[in-house]
Amino acid sequence: MKYMATDYIVGIDLGTTNSLVAYMQGSSPVVIPGEDGLNLVPSVVALDENNRIVVGNAARKYLIETPERAVYSIKRLMGRGVEDVEDELKLFPFQLAEDLQQGEVLRIKIGERTYTPPEISALVLRQLKRNAERFFGAPVTQAVITVPAYFNDAQRQATKDAGRIAGLNVLRLVNEPTAASLAYGLDKKKNGMVVVYDLGGGTFDISILKLHDGIFEVVATNGDTHLGGDDIDNLLISIALDDIRGDLGLDLRKDMRHSGEAVQRIRQAVIEAKIALSSQPSAKLNVDLPGGKKYQREISRDMFEQMIQPIVDRTIGPCKQALKDAALKPEQIDEVVLVGGSTRIPKVQRLVEDLFGRKPHTDLNPDEVVALGAAVQAHILGGGSEITQDMLLLDVTPLSLGIEVAGGVTDKIILRNSTVPASATQYYTTQVDGQTNVAIHVLQGERELARDCRSLARFDLKGVPPMVAGMPRIEVKFLIDANGILRVSAREQRSGQEAEIDVQPTYGLTDEQVENMLLESYDYAEEDFRQRQAIEARREAETILTALAKAKNNYAWRELTNDERRNVEKLEKALVAVKEGDDYHAVRAAIDALNEATMRLAELMMDTAVSTALKGKAMDDTDLEEGPQAGHPMAKADFE
Amino acid sequence: MRAVHFCNSCGKVQPAVPVDYFTFFGFPRKLNLDTSELEKEFYALSRRLHPDGFGQADERERSWSLEQSSMLNDAYRTLKDPIRRTEYLLRLEGVELEEQSKQATEKARATGELKKQVVPPDLLEEVFELNMQLEELRMQKKMGEDDPALLEEIGKARLSLEEKYDALLRELMTEWNKWDKSLGGEKDGGDQADRRKILDRMVDVLNRRNYVRNLVRDVNEAMED
Repeated sequence: MKYMATDYIVGIDLGTTNSLVAYMQGSSPVVIPGEDGLNLVPSVVALDENNRIVVGNAARKYLIETPERAVYSIKRLMGRGVEDVEDELKLFPFQLAEDLQQGEVLRIKIGERTYTPPEISALVLRQLKRNAERFFGAPVTQAVITVPAYFNDAQRQATKDAGRIAGLNVLRLVNEPTAASLAYGLDKKKNGMVVVYDLGGGTFDISILKLHDGIFEVVATNGDTHLGGDDIDNLLISIALDDIRGDLGLDLRKDMRHSGEAVQRIRQAVIEAKIALSSQPSAKLNVDLPGGKKYQREISRDMFEQMIQPIVDRTIGPCKQALKDAALKPEQIDEVVLVGGSTRIPKVQRLVEDLFGRKPHTDLNPDEVVALGAAVQAHILGGGSEITQDMLLLDVTPLSLGIEVAGGVTDKIILRNSTVPASATQYYTTQVDGQTNVAIHVLQGERELARDCRSLARFDLKGVPPMVAGMPRIEVKFLIDANGILRVSAREQRSGQEAEIDVQPTYGLTDEQVENMLLESYDYAEEDFRQRQAIEARREAETILTALAKAKNNYAWRELTNDERRNVEKLEKALVAVKEGDDYHAVRAAIDALNEATMRLAELMMDTAVSTALKGKAMDDTDLEEGPQAGHPMAKADFE
Repeated sequence: MRAVHFCNSCGKVQPAVPVDYFTFFGFPRKLNLDTSELEKEFYALSRRLHPDGFGQADERERSWSLEQSSMLNDAYRTLKDPIRRTEYLLRLEGVELEEQSKQATEKARATGELKKQVVPPDLLEEVFELNMQLEELRMQKKMGEDDPALLEEIGKARLSLEEKYDALLRELMTEWNKWDKSLGGEKDGGDQADRRKILDRMVDVLNRRNYVRNLVRDVNEAMED
């Protein structure tokens, strides 16, 4: 056995709208439900009234009640900089931190706090981790996480960081459409060309795979990391807002901050209508607005399809490009698989059918198939079994990797659709005598000019031995690993000296920042809860100590044996010693011990009280109320 | 002889050795290559070298697997494509390919410099005429005019260029045959000077082919704009 049976490796689909966690149960992958019994965990994070973090279904109500204390669709901001999220900010109620600096990783406000997108994603991941731990009754520390195939290096890195912040060792990032094909191909051992069309909440991917005796070889991939069901929702919201301004004279756009609740109600209503229109010919919108007004409208499927046409059509370009890159004609495709909730829309299904000339498969649950595939990949990485032994994923890098050369031009060194891991070696030299540093700018994208590509990082090669200009021969090796993430190493060949690389990720967190977040997220998320537990325990300790002091005057105290009295007093001292400390567990344990030791005292006092009452004497009810037994009815504080 | 990827006695993955891509697969340095055989080898080696199989292995084995499988992928990508394979062999044989590539064109465009490119003599006349026509087409488009006859002319020229493009691949392949034969040993194989001539001719064919490809691209762009 390569791994212990207790080491569960889970597969996680970290989605724009919903997230799921799955694992391989015997020979088939299954989704692990949350405590609420539901498989989907909405990717929503909110702060509740007590400033506690709430994730998933429980957080959804805050989207409407206190929209400024909740965030959704954070995946859209992963790995992006301030300057390239302007469009998103117009459409999504993301509030950026006010003190954000240029070049800094984005921070989003939730209530009074600010979080980076990886931290918010980490909170979703942690919820999934907990769901899995609850399910297994064992800790879960290793995971495979899926990402859109068209995610660039920065977006992938941000996802990996999120995993680390959540306390997960991310064994692999797997592309979503590829993961889906794994789940799909598990029981259908077929050979042929398969297209996976994945239109989710916020991202679109198209992947073309060649299936060959258990090898899943991606031949081309394309997509748009900002295209999905969210865009349909935003369009419908925008139409509704226009209607409301026109018909009711209410301009909700003017004061977004105060109409946030109304906009979120509209959002909820259009999403419900959108979903209904996949199975019904029409749907009604009915939203209560501020000032007792009502927005009502009926949408027919025809109207809906016309409205969303421009959005749906944006998937055509990437599909054609992928076919072209794969050097395939639509008639050479054997199967088409649909993934992502937005592929439930009949209009989308028709478009796919037209594009590839065949009816797509709809037999898999488009919401779950990615997570199930991730579970399969997790199983493979864990050592696999007979079921998976022939399976191997060969994925590609979706975007070309290049270097900025003279004139601001991109020199591509690894082309898109190259199977990963992939590498390229470039040679550099110096321009000035004695130069010891060489700066390199790494880019990702297809455009000719550097400024039109994604800036991934700037590298400083340091420690180049001083030589005459042009003499050093610095070999720089670029390696895209199986996660699609870039690694760089460098060596000066003439001296054999390793040049040092100083990576400045353009839009990413540094290792140190991630480490801090790892701790902070723990402290921060549970700070209030822990403090409250400690305060409660201290209060309880004081109650029991006061009651005990009183009880010592009671007749019952003398009824105890010497040993019993000595034991109680010993434990009393112990509780006094720990109660002011921060160690909640120690206080709790001391309370429990003292409670147990005073059990007989409490019983005796009870008897005394009863017999006193029978004798017609006034009962000292404070004794009863504040007697040691007062400690018992208090419920044990729950962890988690 | 294939490079050693695994330990002979324990079968474990070994660090990548710097070998050329042909040796990586254990193929001779020939340009006629059975691509289905190559694919079979690629799949077989992928199963043994891909990092997925090393999820639970130690750090050292994991990094060797990463190195080896990236080299495997690079080698496969290069050898499976006839043009990349030829260019790779030329570089292995010490021929510096001139910057006739798309890269140079893009750089020239971006910087506004004139691209230095020699027109293949047999294309001189055709290219001259085509450029005139393209210039006229651009002028017309600017004016919002439409001349079906001109479009047809250009369409014909494009077709002829595309045929030339295919013919050049066939021409390249005859050079492949000569090259492969020249490796056949002292008796059948040519001497060093002969081989050098074959290599030079391949460079020439590739240059002409790239030139034609760029022309077709220019035509396509002019017609789309």
